[in-house]
Amino acid sequence: MSGDRDLLAIADGVLALAHDDEQVEVVVGRSSSTEVRAYRGEVEQFAAATAAGIGVRVVRDRRQGFAYAGTLDPDVLAETLAEARDNARFASPDEWLGLAEPDGVAVPDLDLYREGIDAVSTDAKIDLALALEAAVRASDPRITGVESADYADGIAETALASTAGIRVESRDASCYVSVACVAEDGDDTQTGYGFSVGRLPGELDVETAAADATRRATRLLGATKPASGRATIVLDPYVTAQLLGIIGGTLSGESVLKGRSLFADRLGEEVAAAAITLVDDPTNPLAYTASETDGEGLASRRNVLIDGGRLERFVHNAYTARRAGTTSTANAVRGLASTPGAGCRALSLVPGTATQEELLRQVGDGVLVSSVSGLHSGVNPVSGDFSTGAEGLRIAGGALGEPLREFTIGSTLQRMLAEVVAVGGDVEWLPMRAAGVSLVIGDVTLSGT
Amino acid sequence: MIEESTVQRALDVALARGGEFAEVFVEDKRSSSGRFDDGRIEELGSGRTRGAGIRVVVGEATGFAHTADLTNAGLAAAAEAAAAAARGGGAGTRVVALERRETSPQPVAERPEEVDKATKVDLLRRADEVARSSGDSIKQVSASYGDSRRRILVANSDGLLAADDQTRTMFVVGVVATGDGGMQTGRRSVGHTMGFELFDRYQVEDLARDAARQALTKLSARPAPSGALPVVIGPGGGGVLFHEACGHGLEADHIQKDVSVFAGRVGEQVASPLVTIVDDATMGNEWGTFAIDDEGTPAQRNVLIEDGVLTDYLWDGLRARKAGRPLSGNGRRQSYQHLPMVRMTNTYLANGESDPADILADTPHGVYIAHLGGGQVNTATGDFVFGMTEAYLIEDGRITEPLREGNLIGNGPRVLELIDAVGDDFAMGPPGTCGKDGQGVPVGDGVPTLRVTELTIGGTAA
Repeated sequence: MSGDRDLLAIADGVLALAHDDEQVEVVVGRSSSTEVRAYRGEVEQFAAATAAGIGVRVVRDRRQGFAYAGTLDPDVLAETLAEARDNARFASPDEWLGLAEPDGVAVPDLDLYREGIDAVSTDAKIDLALALEAAVRASDPRITGVESADYADGIAETALASTAGIRVESRDASCYVSVACVAEDGDDTQTGYGFSVGRLPGELDVETAAADATRRATRLLGATKPASGRATIVLDPYVTAQLLGIIGGTLSGESVLKGRSLFADRLGEEVAAAAITLVDDPTNPLAYTASETDGEGLASRRNVLIDGGRLERFVHNAYTARRAGTTSTANAVRGLASTPGAGCRALSLVPGTATQEELLRQVGDGVLVSSVSGLHSGVNPVSGDFSTGAEGLRIAGGALGEPLREFTIGSTLQRMLAEVVAVGGDVEWLPMRAAGVSLVIGDVTLSGT
Repeated sequence: MIEESTVQRALDVALARGGEFAEVFVEDKRSSSGRFDDGRIEELGSGRTRGAGIRVVVGEATGFAHTADLTNAGLAAAAEAAAAAARGGGAGTRVVALERRETSPQPVAERPEEVDKATKVDLLRRADEVARSSGDSIKQVSASYGDSRRRILVANSDGLLAADDQTRTMFVVGVVATGDGGMQTGRRSVGHTMGFELFDRYQVEDLARDAARQALTKLSARPAPSGALPVVIGPGGGGVLFHEACGHGLEADHIQKDVSVFAGRVGEQVASPLVTIVDDATMGNEWGTFAIDDEGTPAQRNVLIEDGVLTDYLWDGLRARKAGRPLSGNGRRQSYQHLPMVRMTNTYLANGESDPADILADTPHGVYIAHLGGGQVNTATGDFVFGMTEAYLIEDGRITEPLREGNLIGNGPRVLELIDAVGDDFAMGPPGTCGKDGQGVPVGDGVPTLRVTELTIGGTAA
């Protein structure tokens, strides 16, 4: 994308149009991406795309307005600022409103862009998707279908400048392969998925992604519905990552201030078992969502949210921090088309030392949950009510037993955190905002027959 | 929106490498929104996106590229990229004669972009005021307003040229109530393919009152039971069940890859004879309604299951061409930056003949669901899950105590067989966004009162 107009210069150009009595923040982004889908040894889809856009926030008389445009055409830039300014007239005044102020924290250099990603040939990308599909099909005679075998990559550049004196730009690249397959045995059908993420195609592990998908699908063949009852469960790393995402949402300063967090009054209290230390650290380059700055241009930093079970802090952007009487934790999260919210950016649990096998032995009898469904509908982050569909394997005598399907696990977030028995040592970095690790939780309601 | 000659030229470039099919999709979308939360108008927002997506099909391969540059040069570059991506080897010149097809966009009585921002803001304030006055336990209220106008133009190498002008308007109220047992939430949302006249059809005060009632009711709710129980779903409250349990499994892309439990079953009895399921993009003003789909095919009403017999699948252009059959008007995409896929529109279970009161009276013990939340399905196994946002216990044929939230799980084909009563009180449900492969599109759903003899309730009570 070299040779294009400098994004920071575009942002500066819009800032130059700001009036004296207003604060203006301009975020400009440009991205390019490739997606390849293989099917039966051929390319089924190949999409190449570039996109660009601008988001403008205006704060005037303590009122905020916003506008965005999906283009960087010069005539649209000024229009977007004018529209944001007009929108601000209709908002309610709020004394805490305002842009982020520079806070002196140095922006880390995380090496998230690797020279060479835009030199990778189209054929090399296609070959990865084809190799992935072939590996899954060849892995086991019971694999009868591949729903999708994809390679995807993206390069994103962002610049942010504001009248408050913030001026940053960043660039990162990432790629992944992912596959979803179907296994059949007689009348029984099961599905599995696998993926691998990296910053350059050479870092992707196609064989492991294929083997994961095959193992996940085939080990569930013959699954039956378990009887209802209470059980100790072991969450597979991917399921733990999904759970952490939900818990992270309850620790948003925005949810807390607006009375929508079940942890609102519990700062400094024990909210989880001692085994739980939850960290939000976008400065860890292993995290898929690592980035050098937050959505308001402040330097990324490591924040400990729950320390040995004790609730240490909520995450804030400039607005929520000012209103809560604290400082931003650099947790402004946003896209180009919206104003910043406050949210976790790269969550992980501080790992224990046990492998999943060792955890199974410690548990003795219970259920390994290999996937959950309906998290967005079955978990209420305000009340904490938790109920999701699940599938997995029985744990009997400390080892994996028969496969189980079509059951639900029910509890509350509060109770699940309190009932954590152990955190595994098997950290997995996944293409999402949270890292996975095996997690043992006691006394969950299993609902089946 | 764009010169016809520019589109024509892009198609020529797209076909120059010997592509069998080429298509230009142009989109210009403007949207405005307002958000009220925590006692104040937080923000008004405006957005504009404009661009074109170009697709070239060569054999089994599809190449796709998109651009925000709608000049001759911009479109030609995207067309060249799409043709290269499809890896067309040959050279060819084909002349495409575009023929404009007449379409009838949904009527709009009051254009939202011509309504004062102050009027939109007032709706939000009124909803907040009424919700807060519904009870001392109401601790938080949020409300959002949104409208969008999406103009699209589709041209392809079959000579098709068609356009649509889609205006959608929506309103949501969310309420948090706090009691001894913690916090509970209530929510009401409405959305239609129409203009600001949406607020002639609905009063925001009614929506706010109903959202508050839902949250307050749940304060005294007891944990949902766990295990398999009979379930009665109320009118308009459970269309998502059929969207998930059967609709996704009838999408031709899943069928052609043989990753659907419904593959190869057309003509078979797949559901109780009481079940007729329809996908209908022509329903007046509904959320999933349009004049043409995102491939230029006119909206259609498609019967998928009739009296329990599977009659057809849902199709987009790519899959219909492959199967050598007519289009069904189900090729949709989130925006010009996305490839079209097989998607549902407004999917519903048609009216039966039972009296809803009889269905309830005839259920000694079970769960009544007034509103289902979102759901998810694995099309290969048919296993689905969805949330209950407002549910009650049924005891001795009567609705009794409210239940806390939880998920329901089941298996699509099995649930279709287990429907043993369908009422005559059909209603459409709230507007939805259906996600598939990372793309969201607006969809509608609806049901009359119905009973499933057994679904697994994922509560925490014994």
